[in-house]
Amino acid sequence: MVEIEHISKSYDTLKAVDDVSLTVARGEIFGLIGPDGAGKTTLFRILTTLLLPDEGRATVDGLDVVRGYKQLRQRVGYMPGRFSLYQDLSVEENLEFFASVFGTSVAENYDLIAPIYVQIEPFKSRRAGALSGGMKQKLALCCALIHKPEVLFLDEPGTGVDPVSRKEFWDMLRSLRTQGLTIVVSTPYMDEAALCDRVALFQKGRIMAIDTPEGITGAFDHPLYAVRSDNMYRLLKDLRQMEGVADCYAFGEYAHLKMQQDAPAEKAMKGIRAYLESKSHQDVEISPAEASVEDCFIELMKN
Amino acid sequence: MKSMISTDRLSKTFGSFTAVDAITFDVQEGEIFGFLGANGAGKTTALKMLTGLLTPSSGQATVAGFDVRKKPDQVKQRIGYMSQKFSLYEDLTIRDNIRLFGGIYGLSNRDIREKTEALLEKLELEGEAGKLVGSLPLGWKQKLAFSVALLHEPGIVFLDEPTSGVDPLIRRQFWELIYEAAANGVTLMVTTHYMDEAEYCDRVSIMVDGKIEALDTPRAMKKAFDAEDMDEVFRKLARGA
Repeated sequence: MVEIEHISKSYDTLKAVDDVSLTVARGEIFGLIGPDGAGKTTLFRILTTLLLPDEGRATVDGLDVVRGYKQLRQRVGYMPGRFSLYQDLSVEENLEFFASVFGTSVAENYDLIAPIYVQIEPFKSRRAGALSGGMKQKLALCCALIHKPEVLFLDEPGTGVDPVSRKEFWDMLRSLRTQGLTIVVSTPYMDEAALCDRVALFQKGRIMAIDTPEGITGAFDHPLYAVRSDNMYRLLKDLRQMEGVADCYAFGEYAHLKMQQDAPAEKAMKGIRAYLESKSHQDVEISPAEASVEDCFIELMKN
Repeated sequence: MKSMISTDRLSKTFGSFTAVDAITFDVQEGEIFGFLGANGAGKTTALKMLTGLLTPSSGQATVAGFDVRKKPDQVKQRIGYMSQKFSLYEDLTIRDNIRLFGGIYGLSNRDIREKTEALLEKLELEGEAGKLVGSLPLGWKQKLAFSVALLHEPGIVFLDEPTSGVDPLIRRQFWELIYEAAANGVTLMVTTHYMDEAEYCDRVSIMVDGKIEALDTPRAMKKAFDAEDMDEVFRKLARGA
């Protein structure tokens, strides 16, 4: 549904997107995971025909993003990262406006947006600027869907939205997928990777890995332990001095400890405990940890 | 242990709307305290009262030993502030930013000179002091902003969504600076609505509709709500409300 071959784009000396290739299958939720400044928005603008690539080519729904831009615009829905609606227009007016721009009407495609729109319909005469973050996001999604696109591009839909609305939003995306829509979504939140069918880990304009979330975490090839004690700052410093440690970093309330070599977990944990006790740490807890997408991202960044 | 923030039924109303509804809590010296809540829950209003920018409608709060109602200017001098969105002037050099903020906080020229050199050395930025802050990579900018917020040796620093959107390595480096400051006795008040930042705090409070609905360590909260992460705690709390 989306095919990208060796796309690059620079702004002056900054290479925002650097030789990116990937494909997204029809009906997939594909996640572009990376921090601010990784190049996610630039890539989205190229795929939605708003920016010309310097090199490479890309097609969306079979249409070239450069030569086929006019037809393509009818087939893609784009929800930019910043709230993109008209703040002074009401909910209803925004929706009607976007429908008319695409030569359609709200009634014609109402079925597609209905499950989302009913949630904001009680506020349909409220100005968009006066909506809460979660409601703005739902309205923006309705506006991006109103012309019944084949592919939906969502640029950081979770940013600035609280966890309750964020969860509802992902539930909506999954239900849209069952209707055959292809969804490409970007996010700086590593934990959202698990909600996608496949993800690309994106950093400094380059793709570090593409796989299913399980494939990404399955490729983590070091023993990993979650460790805590009464003093995180000292814990991190001490663990880094320990023999056999490949890496150690804070991970929420734990330190994640990556060991260089495989060893039976019981034996390794005993060794870690003895070491920490010799450094007079209190309340030590150690358990084997499953690598998360964030652990993998860190490992890939360091390689 | 000494309380750096202590509030007693602190409230703020705007007309008939109660933005902050009788919140009572304490933050200890050297603690990393996460102040959480959804948009519109009242976090910003509470923070404005704690930083001396807004007078409470009722209730009490002392910050760094001063009553926010009677001595807001003393409070302001004893706190630091950093947010990811705004902290340094991008079109000033590193050195000028340090001088500007040192001056604003009333440090002597001599102090500013000495602290500037020490800070540049610590961050290994000696060779870059004449560069515009806007030209620095995000990670450096953040470390610098945090160090500048600590320049006047405040007892407490307010951090507003300090690491949302940054890459996982920069995030770790930044949290280590926070741990280091806490180990040196600085109190850190982190406000955020990103729950993954909350997992790094010693204790967190969650505001819902102007009230503090939960306050504990992240670990105890996850246990109490039978949740895997803080995101789930937050969802359960907000749903139940």
